[in-house]
Amino acid sequence: MGYLTDRKRAVGWGSAKSGTEHAWAMKVSSAALLILIPLFLITVAPMTGQPYDVVVAHFAKPFPAIVAALTFVVGFMHFKDGVRVLIEDYVHGAAQQWLIIGMTCLCYAAAAVGILAVARLAI
Amino acid sequence: MVQLTLPKNSRITTGKTWPKPEGATNLKTFHIYRYDPDSGKNPSVDTYFVDLDTCGPMLLDALIKIKNEIDPTLTFRRSCREGICGSCAMNIGSKKGGGINTLACIHGIDEVKGDVAIYPLPHMPVVKDLIPDLTHFYAQHASIMPWLETKTNRPAKEWRQSIEDRKKLDGLYECVMCASCSTACPSYWWNGDRYLGPAALLHAYRWIIDSRDEATGERLDDLEDPFKLYRCHTIMNCAKTCPKGLNPAKAISEIKQMMLERTV
Repeated sequence: MGYLTDRKRAVGWGSAKSGTEHAWAMKVSSAALLILIPLFLITVAPMTGQPYDVVVAHFAKPFPAIVAALTFVVGFMHFKDGVRVLIEDYVHGAAQQWLIIGMTCLCYAAAAVGILAVARLAI
Repeated sequence: MVQLTLPKNSRITTGKTWPKPEGATNLKTFHIYRYDPDSGKNPSVDTYFVDLDTCGPMLLDALIKIKNEIDPTLTFRRSCREGICGSCAMNIGSKKGGGINTLACIHGIDEVKGDVAIYPLPHMPVVKDLIPDLTHFYAQHASIMPWLETKTNRPAKEWRQSIEDRKKLDGLYECVMCASCSTACPSYWWNGDRYLGPAALLHAYRWIIDSRDEATGERLDDLEDPFKLYRCHTIMNCAKTCPKGLNPAKAISEIKQMMLERTV
């Protein structure tokens, strides 16, 4: 604990002058997902149980392909920002930074796999 | 990593059951957290029986009666007895659970069904019995500069404020700093060292929107931090528990909105 004054302990390292951009990004991606998720469900649901050729033909159309790609990208970016807050809440010390790095890489990788899958179907 | 279980020396044991008052017919049972750091023992929960026919209506009346007539070692803070000083904030509920942080002086004994369970404010270091250590909480409050900051020369009379601007302070100035809200907030439990908590942020907002204050920008600068401000996840425990009926979560969301408006 050391001989820190109460005031020094409360002020800590001062303000990081950040956080608003992150909060805004979460808000924007939330709004985008409010539109994208229903569209994604509407475009994917009819394909349930359909033969492979029909599904490929469906995602070769621009609208379902774009909706699916955007849902993957925006969804995983939103997930990345959300999980970062979760990690910051519950994990402290060096493990916090390693987990944030790991989760960020995982989200970018998942988004890339999603885009590749849609691209292979669409093109 | 956050600690999800109590350390070994903080685990609560069963304490002493004090004798029932003789001849009493209208008894209420109180289970009260006891901890004495000088004893070296773990905390315990003592059981007391209070004759409601000879006791005032509030929980603080019962606590004072226990201290005066049954166990003078029971330790708690109290002062005004009318919900103004905020001293007697504690966690009050029934034995079955469902405790809420509130002021013992304005919480009726009859509001608790069955046995009463009283604990200190959650997740704070305990000084003794029902007295939490609020040093850090007060230091955080001081850090938001809870006073009028001006650069203009002092006017000949008072700093003037319109009726409309004064109304903006309603629902904020009434806070008595009892710490019920902050100690009910899970974000404050996990990150209380860095997150300012609902009480300090409500006070911060009270000065940010004061039309006479000239340090609005500096105040917002100081708060713009992922931990100081943005640990609030709108859980709303603060508004639910506030014994004065205030809404710190709304004040925090107003600060966040101001942050956005000056950025976006």
